[in-house]
Amino acid sequence: MTRCIQCTRCIRFASEVAGVDDLGTTGRGGDMQVGTYVEKMFASELSGNVIDICPVGALTSKPYAFTARPWETRKIESIDVLDAIGSNIVVTTRTGEVMRILPRMNEDINEEWISDKTRFAYDGLKRQRLTFPMVKDADGQLVPCDWEDALLVVSQKVKAAGGKVAAVAGGLCDAEALTAMKDLLNCLGSEAVCTEEIFPCDDMTGTDFRSNYLLNSTIARVEEADQILLVGTNPRFEAPLLNARIRKGWIHNEADVALIGKKVDLTYDYKHLGESGDILKELSVGKHPFWKTLQKATRPVVIVGSGILQRSDGPIILALAQALAEKLRQSSQGCTDVLTTTEIRLWCCTMDAMATVESNWRVLNVLHRVASQVAALDLGYKPGVDVIRKHPPKVLFLLGADENALTKQDIPKDTTVVYIGHHGDKGVEMADIVLPGAAYTEKQGTYVNTEGRAQQTLVAVTPPGMAREDWKIIRALSEIIGLRLPYETLKEVRERMREISPTLTRYGNAEEANYFKQALQLAQSLKGSLAPDSLSPRLLTLKDFYMTDSISRSSRIMARCVQAATQAMQSKY
Amino acid sequence: MRHPCEEEDGRLGGDREYWRRVSFRHRDTPENNPDTPFEFTPENLKRAKAIIGNYPLGHQAAAVIPLLDLAQRQHGWLPISAMHKVGEMLSVPRMRIYEVATFYTMFNRNPVGKYHLQVCTTSPCWLRGSDDIVNCIKKKLGIDVGQTTEDKIFTLHEVECLGACVNAPMVQINDDYYEDLSVKDMEEILDDLKSGRKPKPGPRNGRYASEPLAGLTSLKEEPYGPGFKVRSDL
Repeated sequence: MTRCIQCTRCIRFASEVAGVDDLGTTGRGGDMQVGTYVEKMFASELSGNVIDICPVGALTSKPYAFTARPWETRKIESIDVLDAIGSNIVVTTRTGEVMRILPRMNEDINEEWISDKTRFAYDGLKRQRLTFPMVKDADGQLVPCDWEDALLVVSQKVKAAGGKVAAVAGGLCDAEALTAMKDLLNCLGSEAVCTEEIFPCDDMTGTDFRSNYLLNSTIARVEEADQILLVGTNPRFEAPLLNARIRKGWIHNEADVALIGKKVDLTYDYKHLGESGDILKELSVGKHPFWKTLQKATRPVVIVGSGILQRSDGPIILALAQALAEKLRQSSQGCTDVLTTTEIRLWCCTMDAMATVESNWRVLNVLHRVASQVAALDLGYKPGVDVIRKHPPKVLFLLGADENALTKQDIPKDTTVVYIGHHGDKGVEMADIVLPGAAYTEKQGTYVNTEGRAQQTLVAVTPPGMAREDWKIIRALSEIIGLRLPYETLKEVRERMREISPTLTRYGNAEEANYFKQALQLAQSLKGSLAPDSLSPRLLTLKDFYMTDSISRSSRIMARCVQAATQAMQSKY
Repeated sequence: MRHPCEEEDGRLGGDREYWRRVSFRHRDTPENNPDTPFEFTPENLKRAKAIIGNYPLGHQAAAVIPLLDLAQRQHGWLPISAMHKVGEMLSVPRMRIYEVATFYTMFNRNPVGKYHLQVCTTSPCWLRGSDDIVNCIKKKLGIDVGQTTEDKIFTLHEVECLGACVNAPMVQINDDYYEDLSVKDMEEILDDLKSGRKPKPGPRNGRYASEPLAGLTSLKEEPYGPGFKVRSDL
């Protein structure tokens, strides 16, 4: 018995929004059925949205079905942090347990959709959690202890380190914790505060100009673009909702899409320019045949995936993208070219032929992979852990850093590793002291999404066991060390954040960044050459999408999704 | 999800004929799966190209029905691999092809014999004795409704109205209608088909089409000419 009234909303969602034409009606009249006809998985990263769309509850959430009634639950409006989009969500809880996650409408970000990882990875919040502070004993075993003991050990180590301390922030950190961590380390006389995620950052390119690391067009305006160039990114799996926007523009706004990088299924047609970085170079000097098409665009968008900026030639790729974007903006300033004088002349020739780009239209976009990166860069974190490799610290703080950017081999044996975070993942494996923190559903934290929009999560459930909010742990530690950080309440931390960067506390507001020309001028003096490798993003197929961080790696549902997606790839249908 | 009437291997028993016809989901069987070989013959490929050419650029999807029909005529029935082939030729998602193929009852998504006997058993035909026709076929061929003879020559199906009520009872065999049947007619037809002859399609009781059997009963007088019942002064 099915509740289906054959409204075909799920079918239309699949074919129009998700771009996966696997659902349909078979048969006719009273025998009509909605389904896939053949045995096949609805292999989309947005598949969960059909649950919300279904008006009768014929399609239900498999993990949530029959676990709770809506009137028994509390609903807390929050933000997703499993990608850099910052989808608005409602966290539904009952008796201190997250029961399900639903989308919340925000036309500027996620419209009314969320990705499957956002929706279904919540069971990862209940597994592999750190609930006790732990300190390694003489045998090298992590032994649970009290907060006081753990903090005392850390403070002794920190005091003994004499300023040789460093911190690495992972992808799920809130801005409050990042602020407290940086303040503490700066008080201790260290500047080695890094993010795990690499981003080009030297004197020439990088993070001094906010425009260099934001999705400047904003997510909502991407659908207004008429020509989109994707560089080394697979937005379908790095940011499914941005991909849905591009698809929307492709369908309704006749946007044309081109891709430099590995050929992937983006759910819409695109022109594949190739995999080599040289194409970007040729485009940025107007030599590539595709430049002719690109320059006709009045609303061009260049989206660079932060994944490929992790490479050693990341700064060059970013500089080339900057040059291309600025050229598309037809700026009169900064006419000096990236490379040689002949190319400057070429550039000037093409300038006349270009269509006019609206003056406030932004071309350069960086698509980040993790939720904390923009806030970390805003706060002045150094992207990448090279500093720590070069100057090994005595005490290393891992603030939810679980991607193995630093391994045991990269640091001296006598370095004390302090892990502050919520999951027993890769970071804990190398930790000497573990301080249990709160996950995003358990704290009121600020996250800045890839377009530079500050948003906050709200407390839906209390942290498990003895876990505490991360910034409070750092604040308590500072007091024991004897360098009391000057804030005691969330309001005061946020006041401090506002001092550093006012954009961090302007919630809901995407602060526009400027200074593209100046950034380009700096980037032009960059020396170096492109690596010959292809601009290939890390997430290529659906099975790569589900497990990308410590929460989704702990999720059984995500593990089953990976299994299903792997099987689906082998299916003949 | 399997339907209660479906068996482990996805097949349906004879008395479950109804579910075979209305269970609109595909399950792989040895003879019908994505690996079932299907390619258009060179002549049919030419035909297919001509059919696709009938439609304006960007509207090739309109050729789905004629192409599926072509595939069915070539293969005898429509395997899932043929649907995939048509989808590929027209750049239409496979699901959209499945939708069309399951909507139209003329597409046989399961194997049928060389002669597909479709007996109309809707009310007018039933009143005129379609049950006798069905029983006659069942007895003569030794198959039940929905089954195929062992030599794969005949398949029997009961169908709903085929629009020949005025010539009831009737049976459709492949593309031809055999109408105004008696049990004897039906036996003759089957014998003819068995021995490789093609019986003449149409009414079997001497009628040319659907006119009254014993001559006209109305409209017998000369048609009135122009000016009939018009005032003489006009």
